[in-house]
Amino acid sequence: MDSISLGSQVVQYIFTGLTVGAIYALVALGFNIIYNVTEVINFAQGEFVVWGGLILAVLAESLGIPLFFSFFISVGLVSLVGTVIYWTGIRPLRQPTILTMIMATIAISIILKGLAMFIWGKDPYAVQPFVEAPPVTLWGAYIQAQTFWVLGISVALVVALTLFYQHTLTGKAMRACADNPGAAGLVGISSGRMILFSFALSAALGAVGGAIITPITLMEYDRGAMLALKGFGAAILGGLGNFYGAVAAGFLLGLLESFATGFISSSYKDAIALIVLLGVLFARPQGLMGSSLQGDE
Amino acid sequence: MTMPLPEKNQTVTHIFLFALFVAVLPWVFGLSRATSYYTDVMVFVAIHSIIAAGLSLLLGYAGQISLGQAAFYGVGAYASGILTTRLGLSPWVGIMAGMALAAGLAYGVGLPALRLKGHYLAMATLGFGMIVYIVFNEFIGLTGGPSGFGEIPPIHFFGMEISSTLGFYYLVWTFALVVLWISLNIVHSRPGRALRAIHDSEKAAAGVGIDITRAKVQIFVVSGVFGALAGSLYAHFVTFINPPPFDIFFSIKVLMMVVIGGIGSIWGAYLGAALLTFLPEWLAFLEDFDVLAYGIILLAIVMFSPDGLVGLGSRVMGRIRNIKY
Repeated sequence: MDSISLGSQVVQYIFTGLTVGAIYALVALGFNIIYNVTEVINFAQGEFVVWGGLILAVLAESLGIPLFFSFFISVGLVSLVGTVIYWTGIRPLRQPTILTMIMATIAISIILKGLAMFIWGKDPYAVQPFVEAPPVTLWGAYIQAQTFWVLGISVALVVALTLFYQHTLTGKAMRACADNPGAAGLVGISSGRMILFSFALSAALGAVGGAIITPITLMEYDRGAMLALKGFGAAILGGLGNFYGAVAAGFLLGLLESFATGFISSSYKDAIALIVLLGVLFARPQGLMGSSLQGDE
Repeated sequence: MTMPLPEKNQTVTHIFLFALFVAVLPWVFGLSRATSYYTDVMVFVAIHSIIAAGLSLLLGYAGQISLGQAAFYGVGAYASGILTTRLGLSPWVGIMAGMALAAGLAYGVGLPALRLKGHYLAMATLGFGMIVYIVFNEFIGLTGGPSGFGEIPPIHFFGMEISSTLGFYYLVWTFALVVLWISLNIVHSRPGRALRAIHDSEKAAAGVGIDITRAKVQIFVVSGVFGALAGSLYAHFVTFINPPPFDIFFSIKVLMMVVIGGIGSIWGAYLGAALLTFLPEWLAFLEDFDVLAYGIILLAIVMFSPDGLVGLGSRVMGRIRNIKY
């Protein structure tokens, strides 16, 4: 490491941090999509990432289906899992309180993790990079080509999601449900369908995260809980329900971890990210950018 | 969600009957070779009950969630382990030091954290638990790091060394019963009523002059002290500690005990602790797939009986009574 200049190290850490941060951001967005419509924190969010990566690995590597199609099939299947979860685990809840919903989603995440172990076993799975290309050298830092796919797809998703919420009828209906479910019902929006849709959309986002990161980090059945925690941290840091806050906080957490690993020690990377998170929470209880539901409660 | 409260002297009778039941249990288990190791399991039931009682007070009566209880459990275990092995101090000093340290930590963290609400509080306590877990792993000089350390001495009681399982069983259940008695007393006391008022409405509670922050922090400190006591007992029973038993998944497990037993019932916490401690024994034949069974059981209880086993029990009893009349 001595031969690499400080500048290249910094560039290296920035790209590593942004890559991991992109996944945190996608998970955090997934939390927010469901939270805004239902006020549920879906702790199974990390499992969607795992399932997205593992299904992609089976389709593309074991079955030899072209990566492009595998990607979309995987995302589609996982969003189906999202809707099944809603139908079987969330909708049947009687007298749902915040706590029972938290417990239900924890139970679901345990079940999904168990199923993943049952289906795929405990070994990590690999997927080929989306395009075979040599690493790019930028200011002395080596950056895998897949990194650009991760960043590009994540940014494209955020843009697409913004357009969806602002310009499509379904997007507007979902925002209406988030603002005021009663009033949304009065103008003929089925809140049940919007909730179902939010679960599917959020599962799809997680699956995309899993699919794009697996070529870099591999994927195994028990990654979900940690990803959910980090994503939850990002969602809280950005202010629950705040989309841009979630994206910014996701990247911020990724960068913090990456720099802490590089300059301090990899064993303290989580501690440093968490201390910053707690510091922000204690100083600004509504998150960095404020919650969408500020003043409620 | 709060259960109707029984009369105070009725509480003492209940605890006494429960103590009798606990006292004869090892002899019942001893009748069959297949169940004789249940005495061992019951030691862990007592340990888990103590930590679950603390969370039950916090969650069921004050309405504050904590996903960081394992941190206090670990603080108790490591305080006991380090003070007795490194400094050669008495286990009782270790237990007291663990509880004092946990109380200080709970106060320091609770003061800023308990101003947060709902999901934000969940995240803050989760983060606290994870940081403490990292400390256990990384402060290798003090904690032995990931490989931990052993040879933690047994507890002496009036010169008698308590190293047999049966001896420890009676010791740890004595603690568990005292914790039960204290918890039920807190519920019935003025602070307990204040907590329930906070649970129902913070604004109304503040309106009648309850110092909300103080009440919440107080009960968080109590839950931390119970957690540390449980951890110390664990360390002296197992005589070896390393970080994994104190990770965030244990915090979630304690939360599961409280929810499965019945939120708003201290007895429920004990019931939930018993169920979740015996389940791994009964599900051992599933090997790795026991997690699936956990998930399904938890989901089923949340779905069909959101007020836990205690709620289920009282509904069933209600139906039976209705049939009689």
